[in-house]
Amino acid sequence: MTPRVVFPNKILPYLLVAPQLAITLVFFYWPASQALYQSMLKEDPFGLKSQFVWFANFAKVLSDPNYLNSIRVTAIFSVSTAAVSMIAALLLAVMADKVVRSRGLYRTLMIWPYAVAPAIAGMLWLFLFNPSIGSLAYLLRQMGIAWDPLLKGDQAMVLVVMAAAWKQISYNFLFFVAGLQAIPKTLIEAAAIDGAREMKRFWTIVFPLLAPTTFFLLVVNTVYAFFDTFGIIHAVTGGGPGKSTETLVYKVYNDGFVNLILGDSAAQSVILMIIVIALTAVQFRYVERKVHYG
Amino acid sequence: MKHQVIAAGFAASVALLSTTSAFAVTEISWWHAMTGANNEVVETLSKEFNESQSEFKITPVFKGTYPETLNAGIAAFRAKQPPTIMQVFDAGTGVMMAAEGAIKPAADVLSMGGTAFDKNQYLPGIVAYYSKPDGTMLSFPYNSSSPILYYNKDIFAKAGLDVDNPPKTWNEVWEAAKKIKSSGAAPCGFTSTWLTWIHTENFAAWNNYQWGTQENGIAGPNVELKINAKPFVDHFQALADLAKDGTFKYGGRTSEAKQIFLAGECGIFSESSGGLGDIVKSGMNYGTGMLPYDTEPQNTIPGGASLWVFAGKSDEEYKGVAAFFNFLSKTDIQARLHQVSGYLPVTLAAYEKTKADGFYEKNPAREIPIKQMLGKAPTENSKGVRLANLPQVRDIMNEEFEKMLAGEQTAQQALDNAVSRGNAAIKEATN
Repeated sequence: MTPRVVFPNKILPYLLVAPQLAITLVFFYWPASQALYQSMLKEDPFGLKSQFVWFANFAKVLSDPNYLNSIRVTAIFSVSTAAVSMIAALLLAVMADKVVRSRGLYRTLMIWPYAVAPAIAGMLWLFLFNPSIGSLAYLLRQMGIAWDPLLKGDQAMVLVVMAAAWKQISYNFLFFVAGLQAIPKTLIEAAAIDGAREMKRFWTIVFPLLAPTTFFLLVVNTVYAFFDTFGIIHAVTGGGPGKSTETLVYKVYNDGFVNLILGDSAAQSVILMIIVIALTAVQFRYVERKVHYG
Repeated sequence: MKHQVIAAGFAASVALLSTTSAFAVTEISWWHAMTGANNEVVETLSKEFNESQSEFKITPVFKGTYPETLNAGIAAFRAKQPPTIMQVFDAGTGVMMAAEGAIKPAADVLSMGGTAFDKNQYLPGIVAYYSKPDGTMLSFPYNSSSPILYYNKDIFAKAGLDVDNPPKTWNEVWEAAKKIKSSGAAPCGFTSTWLTWIHTENFAAWNNYQWGTQENGIAGPNVELKINAKPFVDHFQALADLAKDGTFKYGGRTSEAKQIFLAGECGIFSESSGGLGDIVKSGMNYGTGMLPYDTEPQNTIPGGASLWVFAGKSDEEYKGVAAFFNFLSKTDIQARLHQVSGYLPVTLAAYEKTKADGFYEKNPAREIPIKQMLGKAPTENSKGVRLANLPQVRDIMNEEFEKMLAGEQTAQQALDNAVSRGNAAIKEATN
């Protein structure tokens, strides 16, 4: 049971939440309702001719092979990004947990990349792996790998996954470190006395106890890969080559702002809104109660 | 989009405030997409115009890249706060033309300023591109360019090619490119910016091949693409074959390949005449030539951008815009613009003046795009390309070209896909 605050005044609580409500209304409900309305219109870019078409845009979007491709791309991208960033972060967190000297320094360094803006992270990786001028691309070529993410879809995908995952490692690291600290040392020591080796201890004690954190991070990372990686994709591949890195969010931008098909674009963003509402619901229903925030 | 609307509203209210504070002066906002040296040209021109008279004041506002500027203008129009003048790139021309109620034809604006619009003063190829089928000029050509050929003279010499005679036909380009690669003079023979604009739109016009029905969209909106015909297939199959061993190197969908050429990786390069500035600046020992053709050249088509005027403004403002357009058309201004920035001159008088000044003898590269465009009267295949959704259709082509260059499909498959997907998109956009 959480303690309840009881206000003597009936109006005061409403006044106190009013600013937050106003912000939500202006910045969420208003644009969201506009998107809903727009998603049922067929319109020219200037809005000179407008026609109400009910769910025709949704039908069109969902039957478009490019949209299905985009769902596939998003699935591969999100799962890979979440997997790479979480595995790397967990490994680093376990290592950092063992360090005794200058622990704070290591942690600070690990958290640093989180402060980098997505588009800048994208440019950074782009420069390293640019087929013409990238220093790491040069090394790859020296190793006999035909590195050309401008034309090879799978290489472009690897590049955006690396850039997106690299940026998210810090965040995951932070939560894993907190999760590790919450595990009672006595459990691990007891297992060690019973003769369990390091790997055994990790898989049977540490990893299961980290499960709530891992599940929480899985949801957060998926949401991140879905919605916050636009800048990286825009800077690194622009959705190409072909349509091999065009995620759902990127397609919303491309159809709306480049191709100027506002109805389709709005329908896609409504679908994305439904997805993010579902993800948030999952998070609140199952995760929020079980995660220990350090 | 929300930011743009807010920004638009803000810009409009600032404009409103300043108009009321300075009584006699009519403010005219000009949204543009020019960066670097070209942005300085915009600022200088506005300043000179503002100082030349006291009735009107042009206020240039930088709005980002070409597509961003177009989007900002559209968003501002939807919020009922459009600028007076907006710079729109070539591929956006069809978008603007389809929005008849939103724009005011440049020809009408010019006649409101008291000067009748005389088509014969302007370069025909450029004016035709920005005109309706009945000849009414809809937008004012500001920066026009056309694709030409560039080559690295040092690489040519190393490969044993004739340094003073660049390849004239595409077959000669392929041969020269192979020689550059096989002789080891450079890791790659040929690269190009804008495959869509140069190798489909201009390739078609320059060789007098049909790109699409309805005179490529100039005569009407229901266009069917024809780029899967044999000449296109042969051309792209040649590129795909050369790409296999790196003799042709792909740089990206827009101007990215310029970096490859500037880095000395490739010996031959097709790019807009507007790209000359960067090549000169790099200090490379370069040469230029006409855009290669198959058997006989027709004429190339303009790219770049033009200035559009929004509808619903006051007569005072239109008078000011007319005065500004007339100012831009002045021979001195045009000649200077052309010589300094590398854009094509818009008026014939400016072209003649530059010629008389002997400018082309020292800078032959500057005359190539003009000669290409003026060489022959345009046919129905070479007036230009116009679609209400050209940016989208270009993207579709780029996607198919990328799959082709990655070896996933042949040129025939790529162009067939581009045609069927492109036609579906055009149909969707025009009905």
